[in-house]
Amino acid sequence: MFEDLSRYLSSTSNQELVLTQLLQHVYLSLLPLVIGLALAIPLGWLAHRHRAASGIVFGFSNAIYTVPSLALFVVIPVVLGTQILDSVNVVVALTVYTTALLVRPVCDALDAVPFHVVAAATAMGYRPLRRFVTVELPLSVPVLSAGVRVASVSNISLVSVGALIGTGGLGVLFTSGFQISYTAPIVVGIVLTLVLALVVDMVLVGLRRALTPWLRAGGTT
Amino acid sequence: MIFQELFGWIGDPAHWQGQDGVPNRMLEHLGYTLLSVFGAAAIAIPLGLYVGHTGRGGVVLVGLSNAMRALPTLGLVTFLFLIAGGSEAGTIVGLIVLAIPPILAGTYSGVQDTDRGVVDAARGMGMTGWQRLWQVEVPNALPLLMGGLRNAALQVVATASVAAYVGLGGLGRLLLDGLRVIDYSKVLAGALFIALLAVLLDLVLAGLQRIIVPRGLRVAAAAVAGRTKVKSSGRNES
Repeated sequence: MFEDLSRYLSSTSNQELVLTQLLQHVYLSLLPLVIGLALAIPLGWLAHRHRAASGIVFGFSNAIYTVPSLALFVVIPVVLGTQILDSVNVVVALTVYTTALLVRPVCDALDAVPFHVVAAATAMGYRPLRRFVTVELPLSVPVLSAGVRVASVSNISLVSVGALIGTGGLGVLFTSGFQISYTAPIVVGIVLTLVLALVVDMVLVGLRRALTPWLRAGGTT
Repeated sequence: MIFQELFGWIGDPAHWQGQDGVPNRMLEHLGYTLLSVFGAAAIAIPLGLYVGHTGRGGVVLVGLSNAMRALPTLGLVTFLFLIAGGSEAGTIVGLIVLAIPPILAGTYSGVQDTDRGVVDAARGMGMTGWQRLWQVEVPNALPLLMGGLRNAALQVVATASVAAYVGLGGLGRLLLDGLRVIDYSKVLAGALFIALLAVLLDLVLAGLQRIIVPRGLRVAAAAVAGRTKVKSSGRNES
């Protein structure tokens, strides 16, 4: 087993393949995370401000989440008219998932902002947009970051399914290993996916700490 | 028009018969799903109840189940399939691993979220550990536990399609076989039936949840919701 692994990893062409697919994997999983978050913030705000809209928004996002990833990967090219092997399909599909997954945390995070802080900002003359960007959004980071961490793990593990329809990422190691009944690339792919998820999670935790200095400065109150 | 072709495909009686017919593939898909969810529940529910009840190992458990969520199912399924010498069991184990984290998290947080005052009252009434677990903590944990189970079922239905990749059956066959011969109506039909199965299974589990969750909990939840509604409407007026 370990001999297989070291033999597989000692070849330069394999090293290059693994590195290329790893970078592709990072790109395919993190780009949708950023776009999805950017889309989820206004939608979550809508659900937070207008209770009537929240039913529609949450119902829609739950429905999207029941669509299997493989199905979404193959349906998107039909809908968008892109090539079936285009990696854009994976980015769009994961963006849709990320948005659906993050709408509720965004809304919960905005709900968790203390009402008296928002009222104080209003009383100080903050316009709604400025109040949202400079007061409500920063204060929602602690709750929101938990949702973003879940979405990043889910994206990183979902990208590999894209290999079934021929797009890149570490999933390529699974399909190519399976086709020649060779477990070494599969093990490398699984381990790298786990390491990638862990590293991204640590980066997100660091980012949250940097964005919420008041949590460290004060006590628990 | 792609939708006309899709309806044409679904309307063709030839696609509803034999081993590659929709009913058989759907039954296979349902079979993998039920086997995996039951297998995962058999492991995750006792473990979640134990950790939630005793409070021991909670941090380790949460960390471990989060790490498990990051495991790529396709990698796991192909790896276990090769290790198991090309048998169905390897694939099922892969799907079980996928279904464990949501059930575990639901069970554990359900027990954990049980009102401490209620548990203390049960203790004060002289209930033993087992009695507290079965008569207080389990009934209180049921909403979250069932939520975890529904999440797991949804994920497995969606992911069981990868079983088709290693040469097994299920609705994933329609997706992958359709892709191979670039027959989009077959691909879309596969996607449609998987989504349909997911919705139906979720409805069944939601019905089950209504039946087994004690009525007292629903009344309590409604009371809390009513109270917050009053509070929030008060806020709007001010």
